Amino acid sequence: MPKIKYIEHSGKEHEVEVPLGWSVMEGAVKNLIPGIDADCGGACACATCHVYVEPGWQGKLPPKSDMEETMLDFAQELQPNSRLSCQIKVVPELDGLVVRTPKSQH
Amino acid sequence: MASLRAEGFDGGLTLIGDEPFAPYQRPPLSKAYLSGAMERERLFLKAEAFYREPSCELLLGVTAVTVEREAKRVRLSDGRTLPYDKLLLATGSRVRRCTIPGCELPGIFYLRGIADVDAMRPHFISGARLAIVGAGYIGLEVAAVARKLGLEVTVFEALDRVMARAVSKPLSEFYERVHRDAGVRFLLNTPVEAFDGTGKLVAVRAGSQRYEADFALVGIGIVPNVELAQEAGLACNDGVLVDQQCGCTIDPVIFAAGDCTQHLSRDGKSVRLECVQNAIDQAKHAALAMVGKPAPYREVPWFWSDQYDLKLQIAGLGWPGDQLVLRGDPAARKFAVFHLRNGAVAAVEAVNAAPEYMIGRKLITEGIPVSPERLADTAIPMKNIV
Repeated sequence: MPKIKYIEHSGKEHEVEVPLGWSVMEGAVKNLIPGIDADCGGACACATCHVYVEPGWQGKLPPKSDMEETMLDFAQELQPNSRLSCQIKVVPELDGLVVRTPKSQH
Repeated sequence: MASLRAEGFDGGLTLIGDEPFAPYQRPPLSKAYLSGAMERERLFLKAEAFYREPSCELLLGVTAVTVEREAKRVRLSDGRTLPYDKLLLATGSRVRRCTIPGCELPGIFYLRGIADVDAMRPHFISGARLAIVGAGYIGLEVAAVARKLGLEVTVFEALDRVMARAVSKPLSEFYERVHRDAGVRFLLNTPVEAFDGTGKLVAVRAGSQRYEADFALVGIGIVPNVELAQEAGLACNDGVLVDQQCGCTIDPVIFAAGDCTQHLSRDGKSVRLECVQNAIDQAKHAALAMVGKPAPYREVPWFWSDQYDLKLQIAGLGWPGDQLVLRGDPAARKFAVFHLRNGAVAAVEAVNAAPEYMIGRKLITEGIPVSPERLADTAIPMKNIV
């Protein structure tokens, strides 16, 4: 199972194994990692699973859909490496992925 | 539970649920879980570890039978009693059952829980004939999954348009067309009169006609689970009445949240909402109130529905008499309908149109006056509307 490292805004790190096919959001929520709300449960409907992808990983992720792109536009403190973690499906190539959670999802 | 812990509450927490499952998401049931794209394990809201902390107890497959307010304790179906300092009623809702002749026949399904979908899924075989009673969110989401799997789908609706209770007329017309193009047969203004069959459903009777069917799904709305509150003498009127600050009932130590509540909305109307947003936000407010930090509940409700390649996102509550403004072209499968009231956006219904939805939500929250002409003009980006 690929390992994913989540780093909270405070700097606290969590490294967990996430099953293939799950989303990066689910990996956080199911492992009780704070900082990702995911109110809609992964339907790309709420923009409360915003994360910053660590440099070097962006190119390995699937491209953003139009829906993700526009939902992200309205997230707080948007950065070029912002993604909605519910839209990143875990595949073997993402073993070692590092994402940071923002200060707030609202 | 998570909000209480986040607020620093470290006392004992007991969660009582009548289903055999730990809390799970219901929205995927009529979508990805039914289609098989999402396995059961992914439905659960929290990891098991969440419930395993020492001062937390999860009681599953147990029903809370009575609330004894004087003694401050809950009597359970297994004979136990549980004392409480504070009590949250998050009893949700159950499906409305139809009572027409033949309604008890095998082959008639409802959709509310994991067990419902598990029972129904083996019937979703290409070529099977599915009769859907009710063209609401559930009926139409199931119709979309069924068509993708190659079933023959007929939808019976008593009202004159689809999703009549949830969306404006232009949206109803759009979704009816989309489903018809996908091969769904609609019978509007056609209440179902009876189910036929001996030992098993074989046909649906409606409008004096007989429609053969291999199985049926009934999706005619939900009923709030208020009996526990009612029998305890708490005020109810199509939902447990809660105050506007904190989800508190008329008993200062009993709170309620979610589908089972009736509250005064930010628009000044008493409403009962059936949505994930309200369940999450009311629960957060109830938790705040329980720890002595009540905050006014003024969140804008939001909803979504996935059907085919279409993502419907709705924010706010439309009322009859709102001015409707169309932005974009429904034929392009990307548009929005704004509901204007007193010069401001009161609700937005967006199809594959995230900027309209997100900016619309902001406009509703802030009550900023907008010009209908500018809203309708797609040459002006949503960001520059006001």
